[in-house]
Amino acid sequence: MNYTTSELMVVAAAREIADHEVIEVGTRLPILAFTVAKRTHAPNAVGFYDCGIVRDTSVEDMLFTMGDTPNLKGAQWCTSTNNLMYLMQKGDVDAGFLGGAEIDKFGNINTSYIGGIEEPKVKLPGSGGAADIAALSKRLLVIMNHEKRRLKEKVDYVTTPGYGDGGNWREEQGLPRGGIGTLITTLGTLKPNMETKELELYSIYPGVSIEEIHENTGWELKHSKYLKETEPPLKEELDVIRSIDKEGFWTGNN
Amino acid sequence: MSLNEAIRVLVEDGDTVVMGACHEPIIPFAAAHEIIRQKKQHLTLVGTISDIMVDMMIGAGVVKKVIIAWVGNVSGGLGNNYRRAVEKSIPHPLEVEDHSNFSIGLSVLAGAMGVPFLPTKSLLGTDLLKSNPRIEINTYQDEKLAYVPALTPNVAIIGVQRADIYGNSHLWGNTGIAMEAAMASKKVILLAEEIVSKEVILSDPNRVLVPSYKVTAVVHCPGFNHPSPFQGFYQRDHEFFHQYHKETKTEEGFGEWLNDWVLSLSNHEQYLDKLGRNRLEQLKIKEKQLAAPVNYADK
Repeated sequence: MNYTTSELMVVAAAREIADHEVIEVGTRLPILAFTVAKRTHAPNAVGFYDCGIVRDTSVEDMLFTMGDTPNLKGAQWCTSTNNLMYLMQKGDVDAGFLGGAEIDKFGNINTSYIGGIEEPKVKLPGSGGAADIAALSKRLLVIMNHEKRRLKEKVDYVTTPGYGDGGNWREEQGLPRGGIGTLITTLGTLKPNMETKELELYSIYPGVSIEEIHENTGWELKHSKYLKETEPPLKEELDVIRSIDKEGFWTGNN
Repeated sequence: MSLNEAIRVLVEDGDTVVMGACHEPIIPFAAAHEIIRQKKQHLTLVGTISDIMVDMMIGAGVVKKVIIAWVGNVSGGLGNNYRRAVEKSIPHPLEVEDHSNFSIGLSVLAGAMGVPFLPTKSLLGTDLLKSNPRIEINTYQDEKLAYVPALTPNVAIIGVQRADIYGNSHLWGNTGIAMEAAMASKKVILLAEEIVSKEVILSDPNRVLVPSYKVTAVVHCPGFNHPSPFQGFYQRDHEFFHQYHKETKTEEGFGEWLNDWVLSLSNHEQYLDKLGRNRLEQLKIKEKQLAAPVNYADK
């Protein structure tokens, strides 16, 4: 069955969500991934949207933002941003789901300043809820394009903390829990080695070579001992994506 | 009060203003246009995410500083004017005090509570602590905490579905930081889609944003939210955001966009005319999903 890379990313991301988990859903591809999970293997997952929405059902319409009217209709709870943040801070959120501009080998993400604070080359939008989600959820799932300029040895600015510079960095900072769980890219998936906290290649998409992944990674990428090929999308997973993103706005050919 | 009068009388040059506190929905674009038309200066904007409204105000030159979690175009990409301002000081330099959605929420909550700061476990280990030195790390009983300083904006401009003429209002759907912002601010301007009787509002006091004594002005301004989504009234006009992104890539392009959609128009009525009443009609929510009535009777 034919599928686009973005569709495979969404599916790979959706499979990271377990049934009954509470998921803080970021904007763009994470919204679709959450819906795929809900309609396939994780029907009891609960979605937090930090504008102040909690849902225990999925949305049939295409969402361009989490505040679109279909995401409020049928919501389980419409409330304040702070209320959802309080619950995440006390440990209610199993996984947070984000996109990003650049990430480093310890899973730190920059969505603020490319080129540093003083003289930024590119001013990115900033944290939104990303810093909170990375600090307070039990694990972080990240979706990004796999390019050398995006997967860097060290990011210019840490908007969203991963494992810092490795080891017990998170504990030393005072962060209560969490850290990156999986990085889902356009070429495969990466997971941290739990001793070194460094991201390692965990799975490769069908048709992608290991060389291609190394060429597009900005650090000396190690391989997980579990390295394997990513399972291609199932028809039922693609059907969910295509029933929502009918025009391929998020998941068309890219 | 008219929108023109509310902005003229209640928003002063140099003010700290929170606008559009529900993130992506119910953004008071009409108020932003009026602030730009009245050439207000040196404003500090406080917020979480107000989609392209903040980018537009920065490009128009009315903003000196942002105390904010995010500036861009939620479905369209980066904020072209935000980039120009920070990277090239166009139209002039912009001060940025970086926040996350939670830390802004805590800032206005602290302001609402009348305390100088609130602690959080968020932001620890991030470089927001470097680009926003006002957030301090402190230790309480061996636990590290980020202390987020209180904000008490001069003005909050908040959209609501309906209000009475006294300033009681109903806001439903996700509320973002709207309630905290209204409680923290010295003045509150409400933009209401509908003006209704006090009886309608008091029929459901749990849905009230803040009591009328907190509200300085109510402006009846249907369609103030366009192009943002507005539960019960309008869907999001996605195309408008994407068009904005394309047309504002260059400074000149933004100049034309601003002239077409703001400066050449004298009020919000003309904006809606330019948009086309058909387009607005297409965005209107036509179906009904009504909440069950609740009984507040006492006997």
